[in-house]
Amino acid sequence: MDKQKKVITNRVAFLDKKVPFYASFVGILGLLILWEIISRIGIVSPLFLPAPSEIIVTGWQMLVSGEIYGNLTASLYRIVIGYAIGSVLGIIFGLILGFFKLADAVGTPIVYSIYPIPKIALLPLFILWLGIGELSKVTIIALGVFFPVVINTFSGVKSVDPMLVKAAVTFGSNRVNVIRKVILPGSLPMIFAGLKLAAGTSLLLLVSAEMIAAQEGIGSMVLHYGNLMITSKLMVGVLILSLLGLTFNRGLKWLENRLIPWKE
Amino acid sequence: MSIVIENVGKTFIDPKKNEVTALENINFSINEEEFVVLVGPSGCGKSTLLNIVGGLLSPTSGSVYFEGITEKNPNLGIVFQEIALFPWRTVFQNVIYGLEEKGLPKKKQIEIGNYYIDMVGLSDFKDAYPKQLSGGMKQRAGIARALAVEPDLLLMDEPFSALDAQTRTLMQEELLTIWNRTKLNTLYVTHNIQEAVYLADRVIVLSRHPGKIKRIISIDLPKTGRNDEEYREKSSRYADEIWQLIRHDAEEALKE
Repeated sequence: MDKQKKVITNRVAFLDKKVPFYASFVGILGLLILWEIISRIGIVSPLFLPAPSEIIVTGWQMLVSGEIYGNLTASLYRIVIGYAIGSVLGIIFGLILGFFKLADAVGTPIVYSIYPIPKIALLPLFILWLGIGELSKVTIIALGVFFPVVINTFSGVKSVDPMLVKAAVTFGSNRVNVIRKVILPGSLPMIFAGLKLAAGTSLLLLVSAEMIAAQEGIGSMVLHYGNLMITSKLMVGVLILSLLGLTFNRGLKWLENRLIPWKE
Repeated sequence: MSIVIENVGKTFIDPKKNEVTALENINFSINEEEFVVLVGPSGCGKSTLLNIVGGLLSPTSGSVYFEGITEKNPNLGIVFQEIALFPWRTVFQNVIYGLEEKGLPKKKQIEIGNYYIDMVGLSDFKDAYPKQLSGGMKQRAGIARALAVEPDLLLMDEPFSALDAQTRTLMQEELLTIWNRTKLNTLYVTHNIQEAVYLADRVIVLSRHPGKIKRIISIDLPKTGRNDEEYREKSSRYADEIWQLIRHDAEEALKE
């Protein structure tokens, strides 16, 4: 009989196919080039869509004139303080709600009933209570950050393996140390998921609040140039917001890798 | 010093609101330097009993107490079936957890921690996180953590049941070696009869529905070398005796 050879090949090789690292840059670069070409040819009026090169030149001028600096620091001040307050309170409340049964029973319904309110709807109320200054804007950002963080921390606490709590108690931990040494580190991955979610929310609230009631800030700057129909300056504002969001996410990612080296 | 388990009973309420008796009328004691193994079919309440002794569950009736212990509260070390190492702590940090909670000075913690890590053969993996370890190494770290508190009673809840058969055999041998160095009062739970005969000074056989002591068998074999040719026959006779006691219950357990 004739012996035929049939080689068996890996039919799932596509699962671990490697993609060259520059692929992700090619996408962005391609888009920018396409955009530049469209603007240069003049298919679209620069009033509606200025070329990327023009935006960069305008951005440089605004940077040199100090216009960006003033608006950016005003925005950063609001978002950093609001985000810090919101996330710290969110983590603390999340831990308490998750760990103590009574707090859970009392507090969780309250959290869940306030959570679905679009926070920006409360800005007029905060302006009424706290004035039109920084406090109302910082508060609204803190509030917007608080909810995703508190809810994620809460489910993080619930997801901690009860065996680990038993182990900790067996080896002599009191309640405080159980929270500090088991519950907190155990819920860190979920807390970070909440913090990342909140980063987007905080940026959204920052811009909205600044558009409604602010003299300075990236949000008011974008609105201002929109009203004046100076599109390239408007786009600089949008670019800054994009960079801000990117930096924010990268920073959190970096922090996460530093704090959770033990993660799977 | 000995540990007395007196008239311990435990009833649960199951989801259908029926009362289920998990344990009934359990009486035995663990003597100084004694290795006691609880063996029984699944669902006989052996882990429940271990949790009661370990203070992780309260009995419905009866009590567990230490006799002949003065000055301090008894110290417990538990090796969990699920291993339950803290994933955010390295092997070393896991092992010294109990010492940290006792408030021992740092220098002492390092000294004791290193001693027991060396004893379980994990010196090269001191700074590794649990995710980087194999199943056998994880459980060695779990054992070191329990030994490090130098417990008055060491509890082990099916510590090797998640390991493959080869690793398991090696770990049993290692455990005996370690036990011979520390001579801790030990209560060990398993469903593996060979393991029970291999490790125990006394085997407590439990029945199920309700969990009751069926028989207590003293294993009259030298502590080391039970796998040697000369003791093999006697070992297998013990194993057979226990199997005959459990067999019917194990068959019943299979039908559920």
